[in-house]
Amino acid sequence: MSALGYYLESEGIPTVQISLVREHTEALAPPRALWVPFMLGRPFGVPGDAGFQRRVLLAALQLLEREAGPLIEDFIEDAPHEEVGGPPEGLACPVSFPRPASDGTAEDRFAAEVSQLTAWHDVALRYRGRTMTGLTGLAPDALFRYLVDWLGSSPPAPFRDGLTPGQALKLATDEMKAFYYEAKAVQPGSHSAGEINDWFWLHTAAGEVFLALREMARQSTDVTLKGLATGSLVPRAADAALDASARGRA
Amino acid sequence: MVRLADLPESERQHFLARVSTLPSFPGRPWVSGTALAHRRVALVSTAGLHLRSDRPFASGAAGSDYRVIPGDVDAADLVTSHASVNFDRSGMQADVNVAFPLDRLKELASEQQIGSVAAFHYSFMGAVSPITAYEREARALAGLLKQDAVDAVLLSPV
Repeated sequence: MSALGYYLESEGIPTVQISLVREHTEALAPPRALWVPFMLGRPFGVPGDAGFQRRVLLAALQLLEREAGPLIEDFIEDAPHEEVGGPPEGLACPVSFPRPASDGTAEDRFAAEVSQLTAWHDVALRYRGRTMTGLTGLAPDALFRYLVDWLGSSPPAPFRDGLTPGQALKLATDEMKAFYYEAKAVQPGSHSAGEINDWFWLHTAAGEVFLALREMARQSTDVTLKGLATGSLVPRAADAALDASARGRA
Repeated sequence: MVRLADLPESERQHFLARVSTLPSFPGRPWVSGTALAHRRVALVSTAGLHLRSDRPFASGAAGSDYRVIPGDVDAADLVTSHASVNFDRSGMQADVNVAFPLDRLKELASEQQIGSVAAFHYSFMGAVSPITAYEREARALAGLLKQDAVDAVLLSPV
């Protein structure tokens, strides 16, 4: 981020940036920065809170009127919560579900989860009017099949021309995760980002399959899978939570 | 939340270790301008956002290019193909303005707090290393911003 500010300002464009990791911004010293105390991924603080987002935006833009720099100012207001919100009052999922399968293979349980969550994802679409899924062009059941086929004896062909096996698998895992998160976020109750992460990585068969996919990538000789083997499939925080959970069970 | 002191030890160490890898840029560029109420503002994000019909971002240095986000974009058409899984996406999924506040920017323009909103906005993908890989595209982008009469850019990471 700071590098972009440096290059654009060097070319004559006034810039101001949001800073999420103050230590990095201090090291790079861009012209103007507003450091905000929010979680990574939420530089304007709170989804669905236009007033809060507006305060952050204005505080940043007003730094453009300062006369000298470089400068880093702090936005002192903490985000009031980390929830992503549930469905509005009166909007309930009309479908009743069978109990999740508690046994069976991870693939069987993954299939059952996808089937159940499809109805919730439909609710999310109705509630939000948008989704961040749709990059692969695969429906959830086809996405499921594509992912589990990676754990078979030979990798599946990319679902679209022009993608390496690693690019296709990365898009597919990101999309399945977005499907899970969007569906979970509209289930009754309030759900913080941390709770949804813990649910996905500690309590779903999809999380188990993702860990198996990372292991597959680690053992593969396909260089396009290297990123998935190292860091672009399982978040560092998820590994830490899984380790803590394992220690708790020991 | 991104006070490093509040993060788990492994995360804190990851961010601190990155500091020593960052380049030192020569000089301190500084461009002054008119009052905010007369500025034309563009958003430049590193959230890896793009239209669903756009090419996804590549990983590594090959992902240092940008995608164009038209000012009249429908939020329902925005997706992300950011390589990193180490930031929250649930916020953007609920409301893209939490990372790309185009609706808020338009509101500020209608209230005359800013002069106007640029015709085009841009998204890069963060997590590119080294960060100097952005130089060619960023310098070229400055020319396009000037053609759009932009005299204020708000840069936003994730």
